[in-house]
Amino acid sequence: MESTSIQQGITVGAKPEGYEGAGFFATSLDKVVGLARKNSIWPLPFATSCCGIEFMATMASHYDLARFGSERLSFSPRQADLLMVMGTIAKKMGPILRQVYEQMAEPRWVISVGACACSGGIFDTYSVLQGIDRIIPVDVYVPGCPPRPEQIIDGILKIQHLVETESLRRRDSEEYKAMLNKYGIE
Amino acid sequence: MNVNQPVIEQEEKVEEKQYSYLNLGPTHPATHGIFQNVLKMDGEIIVEAEPTIGYIHRAFEKLAERRPFYQITPLTDRMNYCSSPINNMGWHMTVEKLIGLEIPKRVQYLRVIIMELARISDHIICNTIIGQDTGATTGFLYLFQMREKIYEIFEEICGARLTTNIGRIGGLERDIPQKAWDKIDKFLVEFPIAFKEFTSLLERNRIFMDRTIGCGPISAERALSYSFSGPNLRAAGVDYDVRVMTPYSSYEEFDFIIPVGSNGDTYDRFMVRQEEMWQSLSIIKQAIEKVKKEPAGIFSARTPEFCLPPKEEVYNDMEALIYHFKIVMGETEIPKGEVYHCVEGGNGELGFYLISDGGRTPYRLQFRRPCFIYYQAYPEMIKGSMLSDAVITMSSMNVIAGELDA
Amino acid sequence: MEGSTQDKVITALKDRYEDQILHIDTPYDFLTVSLKKEKIVEIIQFLYNHPDTKFQYLTTLCGIHYPELNQIAVMYQLHNLVANQRIRLKIYLPAENPVTPTITPIFAGANWLERETYDFFGVIFEGHPNLKRILNVEDMIIFPLRKEFPLEDQRREDKNDTMFGR
Repeated sequence: MESTSIQQGITVGAKPEGYEGAGFFATSLDKVVGLARKNSIWPLPFATSCCGIEFMATMASHYDLARFGSERLSFSPRQADLLMVMGTIAKKMGPILRQVYEQMAEPRWVISVGACACSGGIFDTYSVLQGIDRIIPVDVYVPGCPPRPEQIIDGILKIQHLVETESLRRRDSEEYKAMLNKYGIE
Repeated sequence: MNVNQPVIEQEEKVEEKQYSYLNLGPTHPATHGIFQNVLKMDGEIIVEAEPTIGYIHRAFEKLAERRPFYQITPLTDRMNYCSSPINNMGWHMTVEKLIGLEIPKRVQYLRVIIMELARISDHIICNTIIGQDTGATTGFLYLFQMREKIYEIFEEICGARLTTNIGRIGGLERDIPQKAWDKIDKFLVEFPIAFKEFTSLLERNRIFMDRTIGCGPISAERALSYSFSGPNLRAAGVDYDVRVMTPYSSYEEFDFIIPVGSNGDTYDRFMVRQEEMWQSLSIIKQAIEKVKKEPAGIFSARTPEFCLPPKEEVYNDMEALIYHFKIVMGETEIPKGEVYHCVEGGNGELGFYLISDGGRTPYRLQFRRPCFIYYQAYPEMIKGSMLSDAVITMSSMNVIAGELDA
Repeated sequence: MEGSTQDKVITALKDRYEDQILHIDTPYDFLTVSLKKEKIVEIIQFLYNHPDTKFQYLTTLCGIHYPELNQIAVMYQLHNLVANQRIRLKIYLPAENPVTPTITPIFAGANWLERETYDFFGVIFEGHPNLKRILNVEDMIIFPLRKEFPLEDQRREDKNDTMFGR
């Protein structure tokens, strides 16, 4: 896959595999949809604590998540593609997180940022949920307490890879339904 | 709409007016952190608010009862994560007070530099967010660049950006390296320029002033009754600053002004924080001068029983290894006693009430968390105001969820 | 100057409530007075109004559990912002039935602090406008900061005790 250079320093994304001729380009729908989705993810920031501040740094001018097509934060779960859980999720918060996940439309991805969201982190206490994967399925884990903005960006890139390569039928598959059922989600 | 929604009882009497109920939070784009407020609305006027907190309750106080003293520092990081170094140092000073450690002057000045940098980074978040919520995103993007610079300084000093775990009981873990000094010098030159731009964008901006003056006010009497502290209390006109009232870490030697407001509204809170940043800059400059006069190379009290030795010594020196082992395993004699120490955190009086029974861990440690105490005045402050004012009132109070819920 | 204010406070307290004082101490230069539990609100009101004391700022309030004595202490920390004098008041309640009147009429800021103390220790503040759990989930049945309750969630099944213990 080669990139075409328009100007020095600016490149366009690689085009997917396909057949090319005069005036046409043929490829599978999966790949086109994946490519389009990948670069226009609308994240829903579910920031509860420290990692949320690092997320703010990621969004701000220095690290600038907009470079990856994710600058449009969707605070409404209905329109969001990516749920970014950042920070400690207490047991009191658990049902709300789940509700937010349930409200999101398919296809939806989840990234768990920070040690607390991944595993409870240093808070092995009666009030903290020991990892959000106990209530919702997670696609990418970003460790760190808190992770650096570079790490968060790396997590987003991993999600982009998943989005790009996902089959259009995955969400209809039996495995996927079984996985959701395991979490008690319809 | 969520399952945990507290129920405000509907009045049985049929009233002429009909109120609507609005759930502001727990996840709401305009609340920074996780707070829930059930608002009883008359049109767009808030009649009553019922806050619910505890959505990220992490049981700090219980955890602290199971952690050796030096391991509590990382916990304090995660309380007010916008200015972790202040929390760290506050905790260290509490333990030093308990064990009666004398801290060298140079270390105290170094701490002042770090704490004031942290105060600037805390106030940057709060003030840029006020700007953001009133529709001025530019300021946010401008000043966050400067915040990265502060993070870079912290990184040079301790290796971490946000949750710093900076310093140790008895001082710092290592001397501030030359690279960090260079960055501090650069910051002292660059920050005033960027900050002046930010200032001229907002401070006398007609739209911003119209939006914030008279929004979410609180009188000095009510603020005192609600035990406000920090910038929010000073905005109401009470000049209570822990740095002056009960000086710690040699703050009595510094020359600075405590800015006070008069109305206690959002604009005053904003302006108090703005001025405090200038004062912090001046304190940092003074502290750098003072550090230069002290003998170089001292970065810790180096009392072997309590201060963790530097890593190089642990690996190369038998005695240091023994002390390291003793401290880590909790074999040191911590005196019994009860001690209260407070520092001026980003949000106000951050207190540590520590009871030690001579064991490895504190018997009881209570954090006086300024956020938790002043957030309870929020329903009173937004009563009768518009919904959009409630949002900027909250952001101007700088409620940090981690500190609120502990 | 500092000492004289402190003496004045002690004198004022002793003049009026000699019989209520259990113990006066100044650990780390911090005036600490242990009191009998009966008249705590009256004493705080007295300290609030008395011209020599004027403790009109509530710094903090918390509970402390002493399982050996079967007691729960409630600590009030007040501050006179004019003279910069602080005082710590302590009362001891029986752990089975810790009940004490609320101080919310004097300090509005005591509201959540008392709720937190109720949440953590089960201390019931009589007359409190809204005494319910604040940080923990409402259906919790334990008072987590009491010493007998463990820190960790006991229902965890993913941790293996055989290697590291809990």
